[in-house]
Amino acid sequence: MSALFRPMARPDLERLAPFDTELSDHDRPDALSVPWSRPAPEPTRSKRWSARWISVATIIVVLAAWALTAALGIVSPVFLPSPAAVAAKFVSVATEGFVDSTLLEHLGVSLARVFAALIASLIVGVPVGIAIGMSTVGRGIFDPLLEFLRPIPPLAYLPLIIIWFGIGEPSKVLVIAIAMLAPIALSTAAGVKGVNRERINAARSLGATRRQVLAHVVLPSALPSILTGLRIALGAGWTTLVAAELIAATQGLGFMIQSAAQFLVTDVVIMGIFVIAGVAFLLEFVIRRIEAVLVPWAGRD
Amino acid sequence: MPTLSLNQVTIRYDGEPRPAIGSTSLTLDTGDFVVLTGRSGCGKTSLLNVAAGFITPSSGTAGIDGRSITTPGADRAVVFQNDALFPWLSARDNVSFALRMRGVPKAERDRRADELLERVRLPKAGGKAVWELSGGMRQRVGLARALAADPDFLLMDEPLGALDALTRERMQTLLLDIWAGANVGVLMVTHGIEEALLLGTRVAVMAPDPGRIVRVIETGFGRRYVAGEPVRSIKADKDFIAGRAELADAIFDGEPA
Ligand SMILES: Nc1ncnc2c1ncn2[C@@H]1O[C@H](COP(=O)(O)OP(=O)(O)OP(=O)(O)O)[C@@H](O)[C@H]1O
Ligand SMILES: [Mg+2]
Repeated sequence: MSALFRPMARPDLERLAPFDTELSDHDRPDALSVPWSRPAPEPTRSKRWSARWISVATIIVVLAAWALTAALGIVSPVFLPSPAAVAAKFVSVATEGFVDSTLLEHLGVSLARVFAALIASLIVGVPVGIAIGMSTVGRGIFDPLLEFLRPIPPLAYLPLIIIWFGIGEPSKVLVIAIAMLAPIALSTAAGVKGVNRERINAARSLGATRRQVLAHVVLPSALPSILTGLRIALGAGWTTLVAAELIAATQGLGFMIQSAAQFLVTDVVIMGIFVIAGVAFLLEFVIRRIEAVLVPWAGRD
Repeated sequence: MPTLSLNQVTIRYDGEPRPAIGSTSLTLDTGDFVVLTGRSGCGKTSLLNVAAGFITPSSGTAGIDGRSITTPGADRAVVFQNDALFPWLSARDNVSFALRMRGVPKAERDRRADELLERVRLPKAGGKAVWELSGGMRQRVGLARALAADPDFLLMDEPLGALDALTRERMQTLLLDIWAGANVGVLMVTHGIEEALLLGTRVAVMAPDPGRIVRVIETGFGRRYVAGEPVRSIKADKDFIAGRAELADAIFDGEPA
């Protein structure tokens, strides 16, 4: 009898309240499937800070464990040089260089390869994405090709590219570009498919030709999605860098790591890994800035 | 003075057993303000979409002075319920979109857009981004954008449907002012009984299954507003009150109370 009169609303309220405040970066909708996705509403300050402090603490603990292991000589410096040694190597490679190039030169060459690949895959991927998004024929042609290409690891098609195109610079760029193609084409297609039908109708009834609709409505609508694809592609391309620089390179971060590994110069290997990670982080940051400037409307309508 | 006419139009959507619109005719002249009203799902949007050229009728004809309507065109500008503005363009660039499509130089476009923004009483909104505008402001930008095409006909699908009651009343008189000042024939869909009566020169009531026009009521209240009579006094008129009851009856005719 008394159970009937127990208030029912409270447990629900209690379950909802904390859920609302716990949205972190990880709860953002998948950028590929939701092209208009934007950061979730700002989480409350206290939660945000506690997560950040835990991250900082984690990094400190890992670094300390690393330093301690190295200092106690538990592992030989050949296998695990100390953080200080890696930092010193950073300075020396930055100033004096390693295998005939300074760190900046290695970095420059790698960035040039990744950006050349990015431009190539944009030139191919955006039209392909538009074709997939706008026409059944386009989807019929390109969907299976991309689905075939997408899951193949770069190291698997690397030998074929060497056989076909040799060991020159184009092969390196091509390896990276292939890795970038699918994300760019697929997010472009998602963006094009997601274009608001009424906006197209509005443009048509304002006198826009089909070509003008494409240029003035479809492409701007798809731009947030294309930029998301670009960001994912840069990540994928950067990940492929080391594989690409397996091909008879004489400069580049991937090449630097591999030659260091051959001579067991472990501090350069570790330093190179940190540089690659750092640059990836910076690229991501820059693209997000560009998104904020270029598509400020995304997620607001 | 072009005339838009729908002649015995039927519309069948794929996979639907019954036609959405069954043999319906409607004409719209320059200077007309035709209001389409009726219960939800009776085919108002479908009929307007035929006039706009967004869909082609399954049978019957849609045309302007004998030329058949096959595609959307700038002679029939459309205002949408949820504005359908382009968020990547400023309010001003939204308004001047039709001019840009025609290759009008930027300076001329901007001048014209600012003129139109003034006409919809948004003189300062030109540089604003779409998401910085309120619902009522967005709808007015949408209206100015349609007017910029210098259309013969203005087709509006529940243009005030998403607005609050107060904004809605102010927008109604704005629509009448615009209609009086422009040489256009207006076709507007609305659920509002008072709105239909106040704005329309003709109110066409539709009923479903299949969608068709069951009643046409000629009204003159909009013209009285344009001639200077305040809305308040129009709405207090016994003709208006009787018209309201008559229209409500027509809309809900055959519907169990
Ligand atoms: N694209 C479509 N495919 C299939 N059926 C549709 C489509 N559009 C509309 N219909 C059907 O046609 C009928 C009329 O729809 P329509 O949208 O024209 O009505 P409406 O009078 O505008 O309704 P509302 O007042 O709710 O906007 C409805 O039964 C609807 O389900
Ligand atoms: Mg409708």
